[in-house]
Amino acid sequence: MDESVLAIGSGDDVVRVRQQVRVAAADNGLSLVDQTKLVTAASELARNTLIHGGGGRATVEVVKSPNGRTGIKLSFTDEGPGIPNLELALTDGWSSGTGLGLGLSGARRLVDEFELDSKPGIGTSIVVVKWSR
Amino acid sequence: MEQVPILKIGQTLFVSIQIDLQDDSVVRLQEDLAEELAATSASGVIIDITAVEIVDSFIGRMLSTIASISRLFDAETVIVGMRPAVAITLTELGLSLSGVRTALNAEKGLAILNGKT
Repeated sequence: MDESVLAIGSGDDVVRVRQQVRVAAADNGLSLVDQTKLVTAASELARNTLIHGGGGRATVEVVKSPNGRTGIKLSFTDEGPGIPNLELALTDGWSSGTGLGLGLSGARRLVDEFELDSKPGIGTSIVVVKWSR
Repeated sequence: MEQVPILKIGQTLFVSIQIDLQDDSVVRLQEDLAEELAATSASGVIIDITAVEIVDSFIGRMLSTIASISRLFDAETVIVGMRPAVAITLTELGLSLSGVRTALNAEKGLAILNGKT
């Protein structure tokens, strides 16, 4: 299945990522609530890439599970400063600055799979998957 | 960046969000509303989010901030028309929109504001 790569360099790009994720989720049988959850998670993560990572890219991919379920896999990658303390960054209410501190922890709750890899000075990569029910 | 128009109907400022909100547009709306509240003597603000497909933590926080700012101008804010999927997602995200009144639709929102005086 196809995969699309989107650059994240502005607020408009964050909107484009949301729209792309919405189309992919709707086309692949996710329920309206699951579409909304995934698009909301994508919005949080794309904003993080833009603000904390200094920009980067998102990929949207359709995947199949071993038992035949369809899912949408999203990756957000930046070459920013990285997250020094992953555990802290995933805590509800912890914020590095301007937000509510719900971005990462909230996004994790909205998806089925969540993988975070960050190296200080090198960058951050976050991969999430939402499966159709 | 797109701008969200603000209409004044009687003593109420009416905002209907019809675009896919990007962060700058939300910040702009907040500033425009503060200006309008200062310039007019509106006693209420209705923000219609019927067409809004997602409310993430940033947009949610801005809605709370708008309600707080309105209060400083002696105006009450009612958010109307939230989609069920948005309500479910907001709750799971951990956002309670504290301090923000909500109503099912614009008509009920207006009734809340009119009951205020």
